[in-house]
Amino acid sequence: MLAYVARLTVVSALQMLAITLLAFLVIHLAPGEPVVLQQELQTTQSPQQRQTLRELYGLDKPLHVQYGVWLNRLVRLDLGRSFSPDGRPVWEKIRERIPVTLSLNLAEICLIYLTAVPLGVFAAVRRHSLFDRLATVFVFIGFATPDFWLALLLMILFGVQLGWLPISGLRSLNWEYLAPAAQAWDLVTHLVLPIFIGAFGGLAGLSRFMRGSMLEVIRQDYIRTAQAKGLPERVVFYKHALRNAVLPIVTILGLSLPGLIGGSVIVESVFAIPGMGQLAVQSVFARDYPVVMGLLTIGAGLTLVGNRLADVCYGIVDPRIRIAGRSA
Amino acid sequence: MAPARRLSRWLPAGLLILGLAGCGGEAPSAEAPGAVTGPPAYGDTIVEASIGDISGLIPNITSDSASHSVGSLIYDGLVRADRDLSLTGELAESWTISKDERTITFHLKKGVRWHDGAPFTARDVEFTYRYMRDPKTPTAYAEDFLQAASLEVVDPHTVRVHYERPYAPALLSWALWVLPAHILEEPWRKGVDLRTTPQNRHPIGTGPFRFHEWKTQEKVVVLANPDYHRGRPYLDRVVLRIIPDPATIFLELKARNVDMAGLTPLQFRRQTEYPAFAKFFEKYRYLSNSYAYLGFNLKDPRFADRLVRQAIAHAIDKQEIIEGVLLGLGQEAVGPYKPGTWWYTDQVRTFPYDPDRAKALLREAGWRDRDGDGILEKDGKPFRFTIRTNQGNSVRIQTAEIIQRRLKAVGIDVNIHVVEWAAFINTFIRKRDFEAIILGWGLGLDPDQYEIWHSSKTGPDQLNHVSYSNPEVDRLLEQGRRTFDRERRTAIYREFQRVLAEDQPLVFLYVPEALTAVSSRIRGIEPAPAGLAWNFIRWYVPQDAQRYTR
Repeated sequence: MLAYVARLTVVSALQMLAITLLAFLVIHLAPGEPVVLQQELQTTQSPQQRQTLRELYGLDKPLHVQYGVWLNRLVRLDLGRSFSPDGRPVWEKIRERIPVTLSLNLAEICLIYLTAVPLGVFAAVRRHSLFDRLATVFVFIGFATPDFWLALLLMILFGVQLGWLPISGLRSLNWEYLAPAAQAWDLVTHLVLPIFIGAFGGLAGLSRFMRGSMLEVIRQDYIRTAQAKGLPERVVFYKHALRNAVLPIVTILGLSLPGLIGGSVIVESVFAIPGMGQLAVQSVFARDYPVVMGLLTIGAGLTLVGNRLADVCYGIVDPRIRIAGRSA
Repeated sequence: MAPARRLSRWLPAGLLILGLAGCGGEAPSAEAPGAVTGPPAYGDTIVEASIGDISGLIPNITSDSASHSVGSLIYDGLVRADRDLSLTGELAESWTISKDERTITFHLKKGVRWHDGAPFTARDVEFTYRYMRDPKTPTAYAEDFLQAASLEVVDPHTVRVHYERPYAPALLSWALWVLPAHILEEPWRKGVDLRTTPQNRHPIGTGPFRFHEWKTQEKVVVLANPDYHRGRPYLDRVVLRIIPDPATIFLELKARNVDMAGLTPLQFRRQTEYPAFAKFFEKYRYLSNSYAYLGFNLKDPRFADRLVRQAIAHAIDKQEIIEGVLLGLGQEAVGPYKPGTWWYTDQVRTFPYDPDRAKALLREAGWRDRDGDGILEKDGKPFRFTIRTNQGNSVRIQTAEIIQRRLKAVGIDVNIHVVEWAAFINTFIRKRDFEAIILGWGLGLDPDQYEIWHSSKTGPDQLNHVSYSNPEVDRLLEQGRRTFDRERRTAIYREFQRVLAEDQPLVFLYVPEALTAVSSRIRGIEPAPAGLAWNFIRWYVPQDAQRYTR
């Protein structure tokens, strides 16, 4: 088992290097440069100033040198400074947004799993029933509805027409002056719509997945055996079958690890929530290379860790995987 | 996304809030009478919305409008534009210009204090001047300061700036925010990048509002400065909420959580025309400081031919674009200036919509449809070209589509290519890799447009994108910056407009109107040629209408 883990670690490190190199090249080769964006169409600038900025950011050096500098920093766990005029450390910019995104995503994932798993299981157990059909229709509607459109509709309904919920942001303007309980309530009301919208799409996918997985298990011989033995249906489905059907969910949970800090761009923009998704998009548009690289590195790292965790968990659950030494 | 950028010349402090600077022309008109009355009172908060977060609080080294808006509340310049756009003193009590027009002497106000209590003196002006000229300063506003030869501190309340030659935009350049020497000079001397100093997150200024807090991507809050040298602002607090989605801003406005926001033509005309909105908001419209144009790459032999450019101008129906795209909320442009400014003239050659005249001009230029496919040819090559414009600006894209149809009617086949802003600027504009573009220019408070039209400014990092070169225009632009005499400058710039109109280096399309909704509980708004926010510190909410008591 130790050797298995060690091998996974080495492979992951190499993968990480390849990912960052590729990302670095792609970002720098994309048209547009931060200097131009900050100074474009300003008639007061002098060309020498633009050169000044390039030197300030180290953009005048060859690409491999720039990558070397960046990697050297990374090894010391330093992601550099943002190119934006605030000039703040990248890690600081990312760190201040993680809590918002993380809590939002955790809430979304809880909501998704708590709803989607039972939904899928019931739909599988009562296949072709009215419930199954309704669930299917609901799921396809969920798949097909654009997030931002639904978000705007709900904002108009609950925010503008009824005035029950705040429209955007995280806190009311008078938040500082509220009592702690009121502050918490304020936060909750602000998060209702974003969490619902964020969960809505994921819910559909996962419940279908769960339904499929459950159906597959129900068809197995041992389930038939259990039923033949005369075990009550409840025990057969919800004890024997469910255990195995939930296994693939482990993988999906592992894969959703990077998603935990990768905010949803659409939800964050529409609801004006200062999270990671917004940061990523704005940094890409502004060609803020250090921030983009920082986000990519963290995202890639978490993806790899998530994958490995899933692998290791599988290894624990299923010895055959360890012996085969899968390393993908 | 990418708005028409400002043309360098400062929109002075207080004018920039939400880009609400007007610039000459007729006064904005309010759409509805206010329901709230009462004497001026101190208190309350105005909540504004911005699509983008500010990028820093030393505005001299930022170039986004949100940072400039907030910066203008916190800092002062030596001069500012008044309601009718004439320059008046802000931190300067008065100024004199020497006979040879090469020296400006500023007499600074006495008794002005920075928000931390330190006195404001000539040393601050001197530091700002030197910092702006420092080649290591990452600013886009150095050019005006590099034009100066020297600056001397005569005494703590007098500074004298010398110029090699008279430089007309100089006076306006001193509307730039003055930075505190007692805080920044030492780190600057030590070579510290000022963006990393506390001043960039917790600034100390001399302006009407003091910085209170900045929550990244959430909000910026400033509080009234009780000791402001021009009198305490009536409003206690200004909150700038950052809401990245324009649709969300509009919903927040309708829900009355935002007191002031810009409107699109569609929102102005159709989506705010109901009684409840009229009750709680007043709508203002006035010409904005920008114009949109169809530019040609004048290095392309087809567009180097003036007849072809004039023909295209005749083939485009500007009024149709204004009606169709701006819903009538705009005015035809005949040159690179905003109607109503003292240097503007409409006594220039115009190109009314006339497809027959366009066809005749094209024939005169040697373009004929020989193979009967509806597309003109010359030397065996069909007249086809691509108009490039930036993504995220539906007005420009729709404009391109209308132009495409109108040019088709006179035998020119147009493709449209929409590109993301950064790529558009870097790949196509800087490298001059375009046949035609639709873009806009922001306009400032001085007619000087040397950087845009002078033939020496056609390099990749420079702004004469269309590679225009005309010795007569060069001469006029040089003369125009070398005198402070308004009458002489008026004559020079009017001549410049006449030459430009005749030449049509680009088709001037329209000047859009700025459209704004402001909560009707806010009084004291006096629309003027300078726009809405020129007297922002005099805006107030009557006592009984105040909404945010804490």
